[in-house]
Amino acid sequence: MATLNVLILVCLGYVVLLFGVAFAADRMAAAGRGAWLRSPLIYTLSLSIYCTAWTFYGAVGNAARSGLEFVTIYLGPTLVMLSWWWGLRKLVRVGRSQRVTSIADLISSRYGKSNTLAICVTILAVLGGTPYIALQLQSITLSFSIFAEADPSGLYREGSSVFWVAAGLAMFAILFGTRNLDANERHHGVVTAIALESVVKLFALIAVGVFVVWGVAGGIGPMMARIDASEIGQWNVDAGRWTTFIFLSAAAFICLPRMFQVMVVENADEGHLRTAAWAFPLYLLLMSLFVVPIAVVGLDLLPEGSNPDLFVLTVPLSQGNDWLAMLSFIGGFSSATSMVIVTAMALSTMVSNHLVMPIWLSTQEGSGSVSGDVRNVVLVARRVSIAVIMAMGYYYYRLSGGGAALASIGLVAFAGIAQILPALVGGLFWRGATRTGALIGLTVGFVLWIYTLLLPGMDGALMPQSVLQNGPFGWGWLRPQALFGIEGMDPMVHTVMWSLSLNAFAFCAASLLSFPSPLERLQGAQFVNVFDHSVAPRGWSGSVAQSEDLMIMTQRILGAGPAQEFFQAEARAQGGRTSLPEPTPGFLERLERELSGSVGAATAHAMIGQIVGGSSVSVEDLLAVADESAQMLEYSSQLEAKSAELSRTARKLREANTKLTQISEQKDSFLSQVSHELRTPMTSIRAFSEIMRDTDGLTPEEQTRYAAIIHDEALRLTRLLDDLLDLSVLESGRVNLNMSGESLSAVLDRAVSSALAGSRSTLTVRRTRQSERIPLHTDLDRLGQVFINLISNAQKYCDAEDPVLTISAHDVGGQVVIDFADNGSGIPPEAQSMVFEKFARVGGDKAGGAGLGLAICREIMQRLGGEITYLPGQGGAAFRVRLPMAYRQAAQ
Amino acid sequence: MSESEDRKPQRARPSLFLERQSYRRRRLMDAARLLPILGAALIALPLLWPSQTSPEDGVPLSSAILYIFACWVFLIVVSLIFGFAAKRMATGDDPEAESDRWPH
Repeated sequence: MATLNVLILVCLGYVVLLFGVAFAADRMAAAGRGAWLRSPLIYTLSLSIYCTAWTFYGAVGNAARSGLEFVTIYLGPTLVMLSWWWGLRKLVRVGRSQRVTSIADLISSRYGKSNTLAICVTILAVLGGTPYIALQLQSITLSFSIFAEADPSGLYREGSSVFWVAAGLAMFAILFGTRNLDANERHHGVVTAIALESVVKLFALIAVGVFVVWGVAGGIGPMMARIDASEIGQWNVDAGRWTTFIFLSAAAFICLPRMFQVMVVENADEGHLRTAAWAFPLYLLLMSLFVVPIAVVGLDLLPEGSNPDLFVLTVPLSQGNDWLAMLSFIGGFSSATSMVIVTAMALSTMVSNHLVMPIWLSTQEGSGSVSGDVRNVVLVARRVSIAVIMAMGYYYYRLSGGGAALASIGLVAFAGIAQILPALVGGLFWRGATRTGALIGLTVGFVLWIYTLLLPGMDGALMPQSVLQNGPFGWGWLRPQALFGIEGMDPMVHTVMWSLSLNAFAFCAASLLSFPSPLERLQGAQFVNVFDHSVAPRGWSGSVAQSEDLMIMTQRILGAGPAQEFFQAEARAQGGRTSLPEPTPGFLERLERELSGSVGAATAHAMIGQIVGGSSVSVEDLLAVADESAQMLEYSSQLEAKSAELSRTARKLREANTKLTQISEQKDSFLSQVSHELRTPMTSIRAFSEIMRDTDGLTPEEQTRYAAIIHDEALRLTRLLDDLLDLSVLESGRVNLNMSGESLSAVLDRAVSSALAGSRSTLTVRRTRQSERIPLHTDLDRLGQVFINLISNAQKYCDAEDPVLTISAHDVGGQVVIDFADNGSGIPPEAQSMVFEKFARVGGDKAGGAGLGLAICREIMQRLGGEITYLPGQGGAAFRVRLPMAYRQAAQ
Repeated sequence: MSESEDRKPQRARPSLFLERQSYRRRRLMDAARLLPILGAALIALPLLWPSQTSPEDGVPLSSAILYIFACWVFLIVVSLIFGFAAKRMATGDDPEAESDRWPH
């Protein structure tokens, strides 16, 4: 018979082995060796902390009570692993890209880095986790007591053994779980130790199973017959419990803090999920393969009333196989210790990051550069949290007395932790999920869980029996185990159904009705579309002066070496010469992520916020990460802009081409027109000069007449050439303006007198002298030239019997407007657009002008900053001359 | 971004259908998504079995065990096959293999 002392020795030896393995793994990882530490196999094995002592011992107990129902606890996680491609992969990707440290951190990070939510999840996790730890302690003590009963020396004292077990586990968790501050770095030591433990517990259970099937029952066939003949030999499963438990275990598999720790936080490579997707279900299958045979054989062999939860131990013991019992004990011990260690680690991270750090930060409020070593604060907080959580588990065990109440606590804890599921799944897949929704949903689920399951389960300790029977204040519809009067449900199914459905309903309804903050929307987009853009939101804007403060703070959290390395790398990346990088949004975002690996997203956000000041989320940022459609819209609008630009350029090119063609055409026509204009007078000059040269006997009158014609034509040529010269000077812009000041009336006086001088025509000019008292500052000679041209045009072309030219001046909208209108028949509409063109003549060549006058006028007015236009609809020909105000004011 | 696998610039319009390899890959992803649903259906099936009214007409526990574990092994094998296929896909040249987009 194995004595208790041998057992304790084996136990201690096993613990020393665990310490050694953890220590060696940490050393190897630190030395950069041991790639197998990051292998998919280790990852899969570490996931097996799902199988706690509750499943190691309890599964057999469960099977002995209700047949195959125990298998639901393994089928749920199997389904979750099978859906890794669209479920876990996203969770792991989000966890890695956001450097999430715990499930509370993930929820808080998703909903705008809200610490309120993180605190809620932390409290929920601690409330659900503490009884669970107590359950592990109970299983260890129970298994001890089995050996103690068999040991005649009887030195065993239950209380002290629980205490020492709890203390030893706390020490292990503190030693290997809080070595490095960055919770996002892998804890190779712990993970390797868990992997070893998972092999041990699997081996132990299979060994007992093999012993039972082939050693006791005598093979598979007889075993099957024995199963069918036993009291649980019929398929008899309650449909509600079957589906509820599968769902519940699937939910808990994702939401349990310890599962999140090994699955997401300790994940070294997303590809490991690929292996775990089939290897972990296989592990679960092997774990449950021999559960029913052990239960059946236990029911057969052991006396009525013996605890079925301990069949794994008592069956080998009853057969006198002490060493197998010892192995099985080590297996149960392994399950309990690994679960407790990882749970304590995960919970302590949550407590220190979301409860201790915010409180500590608020006491440091106002001081930009925080005093004291934050590193130490966090580490001490984490270690103290582990100790406190273990102490809570210990006292919970002592208070509950370790009775049957504890046995059901596993599922109770599952139901509690599953309340996170709506907020988690909603946060990962629904961008409309808001912080308010998550908060309200969690609260509803949490309250219902406490009211319908946790308090009634305490055997009347905290809830009077009357409330359980008749509801609070006698309201029957509020009875904790028959809400809304629906009776007869299994309490577990009742709780899960009501709490999760109302939780999900409240979550969705509040999300739909509330409006998220910009940060929430950014994070939401990042979580839901994590495969499209794994970039953190750019939320910070800082000034250079703050870099030093940031450096000081970072040193206190990451340690001097890594912090300086990080800052220098950033400075190098920015191309700066100093060792401090500019606090660009990109740098601040990376720094925040780096810090959040140590202290959690909400705390890191708050710490940087303390130094840098407010965060700024610009519309561009929102758009940039909004979603794929926004990206596509942006892209297509960029394309559109580009193509619009291209078509604009093409249009401009076409216009330029047309203009060039026009100019070239104009040049050609101009040349031909000029030569034509020159040719007409030249022809007559040549003809008459030939007549004078060749014809004899010309009378003096004839000679005079011909000479006069030649003289006139020569004059006309000169005028034409003068005009051309003038026009070319004006068009080329080389004209010098001779600015001077005078009143409009004086300019008009001179123009009228010079235009009408020596003329035989009877043109009457009507003027309003009062309105002409406008001072001008311009090139008066050029302006006069325009006026003369207009007056002489009226003189030449006005076909009225008593030609009258009306000159009126106004001040319209700050411009001087002078109208010249005659009472003739005017210019026909089709010619109106042509009058300002060169060589354009209306109504033939009767007045003998070259057709350049108005073209020159237009050029002059352009040089003077004004314009000349034809005024249609005035009864006769009318021209309007505008001069800008600036010239007038300059004269004042 | 584009659903098209067509990388040839001279083709103005994106082709309506995917290349054979991409098509296979997408159907494989569909299969991966359907697998848990299939699993849930298989596991829920025993609920339709006759419940025990008397010791004679119930389903023997050994049959139930065989059924459950057979389904379990089947799911594990399918998941294993998909795992290897996904690995081969991930090492392929197309970065879209890692994309989670539904083939609309």
